[in-house]
Amino acid sequence: MKEKFRLQPRAEQKIVQVFLYFLTSVAVLVLFFILAVILKNGLPQLSLEFLTKNPAHMGREGGIFSTVVATIYLTFIALLVATPLGVGTAIYLTEYTFEGTVTRIIRFGAECLAGIPSIIFGLFGFILFVNKLKFGWSILSGGLTLAFMVLPTIIRTSEEAIKSVPAAYRLVSYSLGSTRWQTVTKVVLPSAAPGIVTGVILSIGRSIGETAAVIFTAGSALHLPSSIFSSARTMSVHFYILAREGISMPKAYGTAAVLVIAILLINIITYYLMGKYIGRSSRS
Amino acid sequence: MARHKSGGDRLIRLSLLLVALSAISVLAIITIFIFEQGLPIMAKYGLKNFLLGQDWFPSEQSFGLLPMIVGSLLVTLGALVIGVPLGLASAIFLTEFSNRRLSGFLKPVIELLAGIPSVVYGFLGLMFLVPFIRKNFGGPGLSVLAASIILGIMILPTIISIAIDAIRAVPDSYREGSIALGATRWQTVRMVVLPAARSGLVAGIILGMGRAIGETMAVIMVAGNAADLPGSLLAPVRTLTSNIALEMAYASGEHRQALFATGVILFVIIMILNFLANLAARKQFRK
Amino acid sequence: MSSLNLTIWLLLLVFCFFAFPACRSHSVSSEIVVAGSTSIQPFADEWAELFMSKNNKVNINVQGGGSSAGIMAVKEGSANIGMSSRELKEDERDLKEIIIAYDGLAIIVHPANPVNSLAIDQVQSIFAGEITSWKMLNGLDQNITVVVREEGSGTRGAFQEMVMGPRRISKKAIVEDSNGVVREIVSRDENSIGFISLGLVNDQVKPVALDGVKPTEEAIVHNNYRLRRPFLFLSRQEPQGLAKEFIDFVLSAEIQSRLPQEGLIPAQKITGDRRF
Repeated sequence: MKEKFRLQPRAEQKIVQVFLYFLTSVAVLVLFFILAVILKNGLPQLSLEFLTKNPAHMGREGGIFSTVVATIYLTFIALLVATPLGVGTAIYLTEYTFEGTVTRIIRFGAECLAGIPSIIFGLFGFILFVNKLKFGWSILSGGLTLAFMVLPTIIRTSEEAIKSVPAAYRLVSYSLGSTRWQTVTKVVLPSAAPGIVTGVILSIGRSIGETAAVIFTAGSALHLPSSIFSSARTMSVHFYILAREGISMPKAYGTAAVLVIAILLINIITYYLMGKYIGRSSRS
Repeated sequence: MARHKSGGDRLIRLSLLLVALSAISVLAIITIFIFEQGLPIMAKYGLKNFLLGQDWFPSEQSFGLLPMIVGSLLVTLGALVIGVPLGLASAIFLTEFSNRRLSGFLKPVIELLAGIPSVVYGFLGLMFLVPFIRKNFGGPGLSVLAASIILGIMILPTIISIAIDAIRAVPDSYREGSIALGATRWQTVRMVVLPAARSGLVAGIILGMGRAIGETMAVIMVAGNAADLPGSLLAPVRTLTSNIALEMAYASGEHRQALFATGVILFVIIMILNFLANLAARKQFRK
Repeated sequence: MSSLNLTIWLLLLVFCFFAFPACRSHSVSSEIVVAGSTSIQPFADEWAELFMSKNNKVNINVQGGGSSAGIMAVKEGSANIGMSSRELKEDERDLKEIIIAYDGLAIIVHPANPVNSLAIDQVQSIFAGEITSWKMLNGLDQNITVVVREEGSGTRGAFQEMVMGPRRISKKAIVEDSNGVVREIVSRDENSIGFISLGLVNDQVKPVALDGVKPTEEAIVHNNYRLRRPFLFLSRQEPQGLAKEFIDFVLSAEIQSRLPQEGLIPAQKITGDRRF
C-alpha cells in the first residue's frame, strides 16, 4: 500500500519544506515569546534604584541590591576555586602527559561530573559544607558547591583552547631553550587565553542562573551579606521565591529581566570572544 | 642548571597531576557522600520497597519511589517528544532550507537563549501554560503535560544549536554528489546529510535529555508534585529531583536519608541513560 | 587581546561597584542567625527589619529552611534562635522554647467558590480523597483540586494531627513547599482547597468557616475555632546578648500589639493548654 502511494519527490519536498518551516516558526516564536514577555514586563521595573536599593518587606518593595551582591560574591568564589583547578587539569592533560589510562580516567570523571544534576550538587554541598564542615548556609558553602558544578566546563573549554595552540609555537619556545613550564606560562597560556576566558565566562553564566544547588547551600537570607560566612540570597533564588510565592509579580519580572539581560550580555561577550578566537586560530 | 630545571619540572608535573585528579576526586567525594547517606536506609528497608513501592509516606516509614521514578522518566520522555522534533526540524530548516542570512542571525540568538535560567522557563509556564491547560483541557493545570512542554522548550536551544553544528559539519561534497545524481534537496537531506550527521544529532539529544531529567526548579513550579502514579497527562506528577528539593528543608532522620536514597536512584538512572545513549550513538556511528 | 582586557576591566568595575558598598557592612558589631519554620519566617523577617532599624550596628539574619532544619541548626549551634511551627518531638525537648505567638490554621478556597463553611469531617474526607467534587458539598459541579504541604512540614504536621487524625492525606493531592505557594495556587484555581497559616491569608483567598465558626482572633482565643498551634522560638541555653534582646523585642508590647493585624494571636492571650 505504502509503496503505491508514493508522492512525487518534488511535491514531497514542498510538503516537507512547509512542515519544517512551520515547526521552525513554532520553535523560534516560543523562544522569542519568552524573551519578549520577560523584557516587556521587566524593563519598566528597572531603574538605578531597583539595582542599588535593598529589598524590603520580603522583596515586596525596594530593589534587589543585596541579591546582586550575593550573586557576584558567590560567582566570584566559585571561579576563584574552579579556574585554577580546571585550567591546571587542562594543562596537565594536554602538556604534561601522554594519552593513556590516567588521562582517560580524568576525562571520564569530568564528563560524569558534567552529567550530574544540580540538585545532587546541592544535596552534596548541604551535607559536606553546610553540615560536616560547619560553614552553615553561607556564601562560602554555595560558592564551593558552584565551583564543583562548573569545574567540568572549565576543564573542557581550557583543554580545547590549549590543544588548538599550534605545535610550532611550542617548538620555537623549546628551541630557544625554555623549560616546559616556561613554554606553558609564557607561550601556550597567553595564546589560549581567549578560549580559557570563554569557558570562565560560560561558567559565570551558569553560576548566575543556578537555583537548586544554591538554595540548599547558601540559604535564602535577604540581607546584605557581611562576610563569606553569612547566608545570602542570589538573584535566581530571589526570583524563584518572589514568583512562586506570589510576593510581587512586578518585582519578580524586574529581577527576571536583570537576570536575563546579565546572561545575554555574558553570552554575547562569549560569542564575540569565541568568534575572534576561532577566526585567529583558523588563520594561523 | 639543566638538572635543576628538570627537578623543578618534575615538581610541577606532580602538582599538576594532583590538580588534575581534582575532577576525579570531586566526582568520588560526591558519589561517596550521596551513597553513604542513602544506602543504609535502602539496605534497611530493602531495595525492592524503594524501587517498586507506590506509597511515599516518610512519616510512616513508607518510602516507595516508584511514582517518582515513573514521573522522572515520563516527563523526560515528554520533553523529548516535544523538543526533539521541533529542535531537529529547526536545525534542518535553518541549515538546508533557508538562506544564510537568516540562519546566521538565528543561530547565535537561539544559542543565547540556552543560557536563560530554568526558573524563568518555570515561571512563564506557571503564568501562561498552567492556566491555559486548566481552562482548555481540565484538571489542575499543574501536570505531566505542563512539565513536559516546559522542559521540551527548555532543551530546544541545546538541541538546535548542537544539531546545526552537526549538520554543518557534513562536507558539502556529499550534498553535491547527491544533487548531481538527481536527488531533490529533501532526498539529499534525508538520505545523505542526516545519516552522516547522526552521531552529532544523537549527542545533542542526549545532552537535552540530561538537562530534562536533571532539572528541578522549573519542574517543581509546574508539575503539581503529587507523589502518585499519574493517571493521565493532565494529572500532577512528582519527579525524583523535585522529591529531593521539596522535602529537603524539613526532613530529618530517616526521612532525610530517604531523600539521599532518592539521589542515589537518580544518580544511577542518569548513569544508565548516559551509558545507553552513548552505546546507541556509537552503534549508529559504526553503521 | 585589547577587547579581552576591556572585558576583564569592565567585569572588575561591575564587581567593585557592587562589592564596595558591601564592605561597609563590616562595621556590624554583632550578628545572630534565626532559622527555621517557613511559616514564621515572613513575620520574623519583618520583626528583624524593625529591630535592625532601631539598633544600628546589629544584624539579624533570618533563614527559612523549615522547622526541623531550624531545630537542628539550634542544636548544632549554626543558628542562635530556631523557629518551629510544630511541637518539639521527644528527642528535641532539651531545647529552651519560648512561645512568641499563636497561629490559626485556615482552610482556604478560591474567593469565587460558593462554599463558605465545612464540617471538620467534610474537610477530612476532602483531603483524604473521598469527596472529590464540590457538588457533594453543595458547590459547583467541579472536581476538587486538593493542595497540601510536603511531608515533614510543620503546617502539614499540624493539619494531620488536628484534622486528619489517623487518616492519610490523599496521594493525589498537589504538593507544594510553602504557605505562600499554596495560597498562590488556590488564588488561581477556582476549584482548589488548601490549608495555610491564618496569618498569611489575604484577599486573594477565602478562609472557610469550620462547623460554622469563622477563623477570627476571638474564636481562636476562646477555642471555638479549633485549629491553632504555637509559634516557637528555640535556643540551646537560656538566651543571652543579642538573641535575648531580639526575643524580648518580639515579646514586647510594641510587636505583640501588632500581631492581630498580621493575623496572629499574641502569646499572652492564651493561657493553659496550648492546643485545642
